Amino acid sequence: MSFSRADRSLVGQWWWTVDRWMLAAVVALLFLGAILVLAASPAVATRIGMDNFALAQRHFMMLPLAALAILGGSMLSPRQVRRAGVVLFLMFLTLTFLTLFIGAEIKGATRWIALGPFSLQPSEFLKPCFAIFAAWMFALQKTNPGVPGNLISVLVFLVVIGILLKQPDLGMTAVVTATWAAQFFIAGLPIFWVLLLVGLGIAGLVGAYFMLPHVTERVDQFFNPESGDTYQIDRALEAFQNGGLYGTGPGEGSVKLVLPDAHADFVFAVAGEEFGLVVCLLLVVLFAFIVLRALARLLGEHNHFIILAATGLVTSFGLQAIINMASSLHLMPTKGMTLPFISYGGSSIVAIGLGIGFLLALTRRRFPGSVEA
Amino acid sequence: MIGRRNRHQPAQPDFQVQRAQPVINPIALQLEPDGVQRRALEISHHRLILGLGLFAMAFLVIAVRLAMVTLLPAENDGPSIAAAPAAARADILDRNGVVLATSLTTASLYANPQNIRDPQAIALALNEILPELSVETTAAKLAGDKTFVWLKRNLTPKQQMAVIRLGDPGLQFLHETKRVYPQGNLTAHVVGFADVDARGLAGAERSFDDVLAAGQQPLSLSIDVRIQHILHEEMSRAIADFTAIGGAGMVMDIATGELLAMVSLPDFDPARPGTASDDARFNRATLGTFEMGSTFKLFNTAIGLDTGAVTLAGGFDATNPIRIGGFTIDDYKGKHRWLSIPEIIAYSSNIGSAKLADTFGAEVQKAYLQRFGLLAKSPIELAEVGVPQYPKNWKRINTMTIAYGHGISVTATQLVAGIGALANGGLLRHPTLLKRAAGEVAEGTRVVSEQTSAQIRQLMRLVVQVGSGKKANAPGYLVGGKTGTAEKITTQGGYNKNSRMAVFAAAFPMHAPRYAIVMMIDEPKPNAQSYGYATAGWVAAPAVGALVQRMAPLLGIAPIDDDAPEAQNPLVAMVENPQGAPASAAQIQPKSDASKEKQAKAQAPSPVATAPAPVQPATTGEIIFQAKPFVATPVSTGAALQPAPVAAKPFVPNEDPALAVE
Repeated sequence: MSFSRADRSLVGQWWWTVDRWMLAAVVALLFLGAILVLAASPAVATRIGMDNFALAQRHFMMLPLAALAILGGSMLSPRQVRRAGVVLFLMFLTLTFLTLFIGAEIKGATRWIALGPFSLQPSEFLKPCFAIFAAWMFALQKTNPGVPGNLISVLVFLVVIGILLKQPDLGMTAVVTATWAAQFFIAGLPIFWVLLLVGLGIAGLVGAYFMLPHVTERVDQFFNPESGDTYQIDRALEAFQNGGLYGTGPGEGSVKLVLPDAHADFVFAVAGEEFGLVVCLLLVVLFAFIVLRALARLLGEHNHFIILAATGLVTSFGLQAIINMASSLHLMPTKGMTLPFISYGGSSIVAIGLGIGFLLALTRRRFPGSVEA
Repeated sequence: MIGRRNRHQPAQPDFQVQRAQPVINPIALQLEPDGVQRRALEISHHRLILGLGLFAMAFLVIAVRLAMVTLLPAENDGPSIAAAPAAARADILDRNGVVLATSLTTASLYANPQNIRDPQAIALALNEILPELSVETTAAKLAGDKTFVWLKRNLTPKQQMAVIRLGDPGLQFLHETKRVYPQGNLTAHVVGFADVDARGLAGAERSFDDVLAAGQQPLSLSIDVRIQHILHEEMSRAIADFTAIGGAGMVMDIATGELLAMVSLPDFDPARPGTASDDARFNRATLGTFEMGSTFKLFNTAIGLDTGAVTLAGGFDATNPIRIGGFTIDDYKGKHRWLSIPEIIAYSSNIGSAKLADTFGAEVQKAYLQRFGLLAKSPIELAEVGVPQYPKNWKRINTMTIAYGHGISVTATQLVAGIGALANGGLLRHPTLLKRAAGEVAEGTRVVSEQTSAQIRQLMRLVVQVGSGKKANAPGYLVGGKTGTAEKITTQGGYNKNSRMAVFAAAFPMHAPRYAIVMMIDEPKPNAQSYGYATAGWVAAPAVGALVQRMAPLLGIAPIDDDAPEAQNPLVAMVENPQGAPASAAQIQPKSDASKEKQAKAQAPSPVATAPAPVQPATTGEIIFQAKPFVATPVSTGAALQPAPVAAKPFVPNEDPALAVE
């Protein structure tokens, strides 16, 4: 597919201005994710009493939607990104709020809203959209001195994490907080406040350790493997070792037979066992490439909103990938978090697609002046 | 130009316009940030670089860790299921490498009740596979709110497969090691057993628990299962023939102290120690202390010879029983005449032995017994070791009864070590259960002179040639020994005439002694073949003879001819012809003097003082026994005879006046 540079159609313009390297990396991730879901999910589906390929089928039904979200999102102009982001933010904030009342309870948390055969996790969409909203507020503070953007951002942030903690969804809270803090930091938050926020963050984590029993348990396990059941992480590490350089071959692994979340939280271990170190390193490189390339491009960017919004989107994407991989490798306590595009994730893959779509939109090459965000 | 991007003209100019010449562009000019905003952008860009660095570092760490986890050997941060259980308990082998205990990996079934949907159905299904799991208890376990309950340890592969086929996600396996004892009962008391968590509870499994748990290398015991098997079989036969309640036996290499065999009967299956009775688990060979009866006459005589209190030509008048302090010491089938030392041993005279003991007295006796290791707990490498019992207040009567093995209880382990020291040239080596390499053999402590040891060997051989131990003879192997039949002490402290312990303590071959043997048969009853006897000579001696006959070829002991010079025992003539033996007749004359003299000494309370005194019949010894010139035991012996501090258990004095046994 190619278009003339003179092509002024929407698609033509998109093709010539979008960051095609990043797009290629995203497509590669989607492709690898599809293969890994095929490898890991049947064992899990069988174990939880579903049809062999039921999970894989759902994933493949979501893939076109995710592609659509990526394409659709990336075709928007920065201003459209801002508007879409803010509208969707308000919509999904409402939906997330509603989960507290009408949510389906799964594994002790009410994060999902049932939509026929599917369930939707509004907070997944809330995550990229809130990054857009917060970026807009931080940018407003700078461009329109009359608007108390920072204050609004802080207040809305508190509302968002209030709802997330009520669900409860600790992982999402952590990612949203880290993303928002990164944006605030890039927006030029004075060092005093940075230190204060870091302090609060640490206090929050320590508080979670002491207040929430399951957090205590996981952290204790990490620092002192003898203290508890390290079954999952032991199996995950064995899987990597078992896989070696080139892996046991697709479908030949055994870790997916024993790990409950082989298709989601521990998909990286399945990749390590069946496809080996080479493919795992390729995954790391792809994630690193997307994150670092996006950040590098922002160094040439002069628009506050674009810098902050893209920072937020890429941070939440990169952080989620790092947390997932580091957990599987026993670099940090295990935290239920999916590997973007690689894990089976139902509706979340569409949400991540939307975020990446927005990121691609914001990193498109523009003629100076075309930005009016 | 459709479809081709001109690679030589990349889109760079766009950026350059934006970056390098922003002021020129009129549109950009409108948007050009003012000073404050420019400053804010600079901060943003600087911080972006920091963020970029952090992300790059995080990804790098992940990549490095990924490579390490994949390519380096596993870290030891948790038990691994794929790998065999970290340190399997080490095997226990016999001296020739035969496996006595090993560890097998088996699957143990547990359940996570949280994942069990229908406890009743699973309990029923499990009951079909493992009938020992009752439906009610299993269902109750599965219905609980725990996350881990053991259901059954150590399943067989078949059972495991059947459970896997149930396909319930709540049922899971952990791989464990099960201790297996291929020799079963044969080595039960030596090897002992470990519990399901591989902690040694008895025998070598317990005493070497640390070494075995470390799992470095197999533990080689001194035991030879071939000899163990023969001993086990001969003892079992004797026990069955005489309807005895049990027995203990051991074979020791007297050159090294290694125990080649150690059997305690009844025994048990170490795979199921829980089902065995307390009696079966009681190690009679090391934990049980018994009066060893007349076998002690060997020690008594050795003391007499070693201190010079008597020579082989000496003797005592055994015409009348000794009455002392209300007790009577008499002989079993006594000769009622003067008896020489060889006769005292051959006929097992209590009177003669008691009189001999009286010549050297309590302090000497005690000091010697101490050196023979008979007064202290045996240092054998087991937890099940009995403490010897002897009188706290060692009176004259005690000295006289201990002379023939009454009033002192020791373990078979102590006895075999003592017999070994008497036979091997006078060096005490403590018995060990560990195989000794050539370089690690204990030197041994000298307890009697080589001369004394040689004389004792002649006496031991004499017992088998003409005395009470004839049935222990094994042609060609020059067995020597001593019988002992003691009435067992009841729990009330008295003696029970009808429950005896028949003991035979032996060594062979007497011309070049290698092995010491002790066999004890507990409470034998007379049978038709024994003409109503249930004494050691009838019960234990034949079993020892059969044992030697079978084990000697395995150990490479060559039989020698009965006519061979080294097979000749000069003492035989003395016993067979006490009055008229041509060589001895003249020399034995001073017997009455000696007898009187000894009795006189018995009054004098300082036997040690008399020891160095030249004993007149010394020359007799030379002539009769063709031994080296008799050298009176040096005074140093006396120096060694310091009263040793002994931590004795309270000893219940013998209240039964009928002390005479055998």
